Amino acid sequence: MATTDTFPVPEATAAGHAPLLEVDNLQVEFRTRDGVAKAVNGVSYSVEEGETLAVLGESGSGKSVTAQAIMGILDSPPGFVTGGAVRFRGQDLLSLPEDERRAYRGRSISMIFQDALSALNPVFTVGWQIGEMFRVHEGLSKKDGRARAMDLMEQVRIPAARERVDDYPHQFSGGMRQRIMIAMAIALDPDVLIADEPTTALDVTVQAQIMDLLRDLQRERKMGLILITHDLGVVADVADKISVMYAGRIMEKAQVGDIYAAPAHPYTKGLLESIPRVDLKGQDLAAIKGLPPSLTRIPPGCEFNPRCPYVQPICLEKRPPLLDVVPGRSSACHFAQEVLDGSL
Amino acid sequence: MTDPHSLSPHPTGATADTLEVEAGEGPLGGAVVPAAQDKPRSLASDAWHDLRRSPIFITASVIIVIFVVMAAFPGLFTNKDPYFCDLNLSRQGPSAGAWFGYDLQGCDVYARTIYGARASILVGVLTTTAVTLSGALFGMIGGFYGGWADSVVSRVTDIFFGIPLLLGGILVLSSFPSGVGTPEWQTIGKVVLALAILGWTSLARIMRSTVIQVKQADYVQAARALGGGAPRILRAHVLPNAVTPVIVYATIVLGIFIGAEATLSFLGIGLQPPVISWGVAIDDGATYFRQSPHMLLFPGGFLVLTVLAFIMLGDAVRDAFDPRLR
Repeated sequence: MATTDTFPVPEATAAGHAPLLEVDNLQVEFRTRDGVAKAVNGVSYSVEEGETLAVLGESGSGKSVTAQAIMGILDSPPGFVTGGAVRFRGQDLLSLPEDERRAYRGRSISMIFQDALSALNPVFTVGWQIGEMFRVHEGLSKKDGRARAMDLMEQVRIPAARERVDDYPHQFSGGMRQRIMIAMAIALDPDVLIADEPTTALDVTVQAQIMDLLRDLQRERKMGLILITHDLGVVADVADKISVMYAGRIMEKAQVGDIYAAPAHPYTKGLLESIPRVDLKGQDLAAIKGLPPSLTRIPPGCEFNPRCPYVQPICLEKRPPLLDVVPGRSSACHFAQEVLDGSL
Repeated sequence: MTDPHSLSPHPTGATADTLEVEAGEGPLGGAVVPAAQDKPRSLASDAWHDLRRSPIFITASVIIVIFVVMAAFPGLFTNKDPYFCDLNLSRQGPSAGAWFGYDLQGCDVYARTIYGARASILVGVLTTTAVTLSGALFGMIGGFYGGWADSVVSRVTDIFFGIPLLLGGILVLSSFPSGVGTPEWQTIGKVVLALAILGWTSLARIMRSTVIQVKQADYVQAARALGGGAPRILRAHVLPNAVTPVIVYATIVLGIFIGAEATLSFLGIGLQPPVISWGVAIDDGATYFRQSPHMLLFPGGFLVLTVLAFIMLGDAVRDAFDPRLR
């Protein structure tokens, strides 16, 4: 909760200045044999320098697909970006040819993955892999690349980095592998770092260390950080603002403190209620009933209507747009105000 | 792994990581490697480091080197003329004067086995090299690029796969027959070509399927996300991870090709006199195996030993290039 106090967000440093990274009304679909799955339906969010945006949602909500579309590493076919824009400092990346777009990857926007073991090449030493970033992008020699790799491994706090630079990924523990992945991702000093569930595969104590590391690196380097997660607990300490996704759409957007204080969407409310709490020990854990809709058959009206405890007739017919409830926060619910007040 | 000469003490913050218990441990069970060396280690240098200590690799290499020297300089091993035959000595068993005995024509089996190494090993090694390179190339194109490139490569592979190796070999070699007057290199070249044209399909299929598998690996996607281009990803990430099954299979087909050469020679269309090869000798000996087993056993034994050595080499190389076994 203290995040916003200790870490002031540079609110649009220059007026009218384009955001560092902006996703605007992005549409992604997967054309499969079973039909077209609309994985992302008009997602918009932005992140500024030194700011952390948490993208929250359960599996299949489209949060990772959005990230892949930003990076341009969507498996295509079957995945296609059918609309919208991804703007980096005002430049639309989606309209660039692949060659020019590649120049942004790693250097301007970089990404770390959930499972660091499978995201590292098993046949090369970690020093070789981190050094590859410098060899490919900056034309360094093998020796210089390895030296820079050692520096980076120290920056991501790998103990005995200089001795371990020639070890292979499988010789490291899960937390250390994720540090190596982070080292590769920040090697070229990117402006935006996308972390796709960086701590999901790790145990809780290591999770905290990795989140601390990410936060420190972000502060040092003034990176924009997009943190994709399904873990509300991770978000609270690190994020500045939050976008909650469900069935390929953003349900609620808010500053992180506001959302914990009072959610403005029944889905967010359900998520918050399903966090285990010490003071409710012994009671049944509240869960959101049902399952997310199949993306090939999104129900008419509000996507969340089959699971919503407050569902009204209008929810079955009309899809609620994402609108401001109070300045600085928006919700895609017909009864956002009522949910926010707690009057529903 | 903790080296007293390492350049720096633990970096700041390292001690906070008490939970990372395995940090600081060396490679599991590996030999002691100098730690803070300046030269970067590559997979190849690591593999070489391991191979030099592998008894299987050393044994296999020694055998292969002996056979290669035999193929190149047969005169070092025998001073007898393999073409000198005395029908009076036909099918005589091993003796002090002729260690391996004499064959049907009364030629010295030892001399002919030594001189036969050249043709057999040339056919085996050249054919294997040709099919490995072409098969890996086609398989990689099909597997990595997918789409229509994959369709074309796969259908061509299917067509060639449908032609049995020996049947195709017979067809090619009987269309372009070699006679007594044909130079030795042409006779060998034709056999190599016939076997290579039909033998690459399995390797292409193996390569294609492993490339498809590797292509979907997270580290390939990660490499794309960090700005790697297609040729770089193919070379640095896909190929090193996909090449292992190809190496192993190549060592196995090497033996198959030497055997196929023997069969073609037996049918009278492969290598033929005056070329001396193990295949020719084996087929000569097979007819009289019950009466004079030495005619078959000695060239056959050399063939088995060669194939075994290459398979052992393939195994050792595969293990050395798999860092997970290190």
